[in-house]
Amino acid sequence: MMKNENLIQYIYGIADNALILGQRLSELCGHGPSLETDIAITNMALDLLGQTRSYYQYVAQLSGEGKTEDDIAFLRTERQYKNVLLVEQPNRHFGYVITRQFLFDMFHLLLLQNLQNSKDEMLAAIAKKGIKEVSYHQRFSLDWMKRLGDGTPESHNKVQEAVNDLWKFTDELFHMTEDDRIAFEAGVGVDVASFKTLYLQKVSDILTEATLTVPEIKWFQKGGKQGIHSEHMGYLLADLQYMQRAYPDMKW
Amino acid sequence: MSEKEVKNLERLFEDRIARDEKIEPKDWMPEKYRQTHIRQISQHAHSEIVGMLPEGNWITRAPSLRRKVALLAKVQDEAGHGLYLYSACETLGVSRDELYDQLHTGKAKYSSIFNYPTITWADIGAIGWLVDGAAIINQVPLCSTSYGPYARAMIRVCKEESFHQRQGFEIMMNLAKGSKEQKAMAQDALNRWWWPSLMMLGPTDAESVHTEQSMKWKLKRKTNDELRQQFIDQTVPQAELIGLTIPDSDLKWNEERGSYDFGAIDWDEFWQVVKGHGPCNQERMSARVNAWENGEWVRDAAMAYAEKQEDKKLKKAI
Amino acid sequence: MKKNWPLWEVFVRSKNGLEHRHFGSLHAADAEMALENARDVYTRRNEGVSIWVVESKHITASNPENNGELFEPAQDKVYRHPTFYTLPDEVKHM
Repeated sequence: MMKNENLIQYIYGIADNALILGQRLSELCGHGPSLETDIAITNMALDLLGQTRSYYQYVAQLSGEGKTEDDIAFLRTERQYKNVLLVEQPNRHFGYVITRQFLFDMFHLLLLQNLQNSKDEMLAAIAKKGIKEVSYHQRFSLDWMKRLGDGTPESHNKVQEAVNDLWKFTDELFHMTEDDRIAFEAGVGVDVASFKTLYLQKVSDILTEATLTVPEIKWFQKGGKQGIHSEHMGYLLADLQYMQRAYPDMKW
Repeated sequence: MSEKEVKNLERLFEDRIARDEKIEPKDWMPEKYRQTHIRQISQHAHSEIVGMLPEGNWITRAPSLRRKVALLAKVQDEAGHGLYLYSACETLGVSRDELYDQLHTGKAKYSSIFNYPTITWADIGAIGWLVDGAAIINQVPLCSTSYGPYARAMIRVCKEESFHQRQGFEIMMNLAKGSKEQKAMAQDALNRWWWPSLMMLGPTDAESVHTEQSMKWKLKRKTNDELRQQFIDQTVPQAELIGLTIPDSDLKWNEERGSYDFGAIDWDEFWQVVKGHGPCNQERMSARVNAWENGEWVRDAAMAYAEKQEDKKLKKAI
Repeated sequence: MKKNWPLWEVFVRSKNGLEHRHFGSLHAADAEMALENARDVYTRRNEGVSIWVVESKHITASNPENNGELFEPAQDKVYRHPTFYTLPDEVKHM
């Protein structure tokens, strides 16, 4: 039996990814390799933050304690954010930005395509709208994977380095938390484990096309979905929450 | 071409502009017209791009999601505006890379105001309200400037910028009616940004070297001093409306002129910042140079990939 | 290696029924990127339903110096316009 709290936790598992990745991408605004790329990446950040707001407004409504989207975005402690480790990884260089995006977009689109059939009408509607945005993100990141992978020897090495480093965060995408399971059984949530094989197949095909090697590792990192994050997360949250923490209970 | 022929062409050219005809990229133009336009349009483009940095500084720390997306969209617009303006400049036969090079080597200037730091959230409000406010005053007349590509870029810029100033003013208004701390933050930002904003409209007419020629070519419609007065007259009542005080003890309404009298501007400070001694000149420049240099391998990769694809296509065709 | 992204011209159809209009230009390494960049740069505010991009170097432009011979000969061909022809007042629309 799904309780409100299960649903809220389930939504965090989806929405926090959008917030944290949006936050990471927005760090890049003004620092991209070309104006055109800068604008494109900002568009993705705006899409993700837009999705975040839809999810959080829904959570605010569900929790019904006069909460707002901002309370949810800014006033949780680190352990209460349920995003995967992948999206909080820093923008080490453009190869990391694109690889992180690619690995996430491929998952994100599959997730939303399933979520649009949710029995929860609000989640289904948010997913439907998101599919269009994320399809474009995937197109963008996928094209760039090919450009970097099959570009120059330098770009090939750099993006391969990013793939090797970030690969250990891919498995977590398909873990089912207790709340995920409850939401799935209630017909509200998605069984992410069900499209893991499809994901790996698609990702491997693209990596191969981009002349990149699919890493073979046996040990993966996990924890984000339980709120156990990497050390990067604290600094990200310090930035994100700074104003709300320094000036509590004010309107902006 | 003989000197006499050139003189004749120049006369015909000036007549066209006087008749409000537009000059287009392939039209004959005096070298000085070309150079002046490259200088002004690129300076304008550089200002948009460097201008992303002080505001970009607060995107990750914006106090609410609504503010965050608005700021992100605004800073993104500035990238777009830089892009439109570089494109307009490129029609004059200079590439964006050359223009970047001029910026990165310090040969080209950008608006000095972006060398001031954004140290509190209220600075984002002040920039939108004051800096964009002053920019709009400068930019609106440029929509009818004589060089076609510049005028068209400016029409797009002005249309898109209409939300920028409102965004800033709304931030200030909310702070001003907020807590004591918030109001103090807003007043402090106004105190720091007011004078640089006045300076942003350029040196006084007596000191301005380009005004006369620029008027003729419709690169300017009003003098710096006229624009400054217009800015002050429109901004003072807005400050009063939200209960903030303009940091100028000499400021008072002059019934006779129908305008505000205002205190002396510290032009020494202005010239020091122009010369590179502002609080953030080095940071701004190194941020731009880093973005460009760190992006080189990415741009190269995309070119290499495009060439490979092109080769593949050709081979298939054979 | 020093090879910069070439310049592309962007044409956007604002809505079906209207022609594509020149919107501006941008830099991109290839056509696909030019299209994506055009979408991101020029249709952020819902300005378009279709985009064309063409590399600027492929555009052949007339030279304004030839404007006399190219365009002035058309100026006196008034018989190409309906107002050249007289109609009796009784015929109101034709």
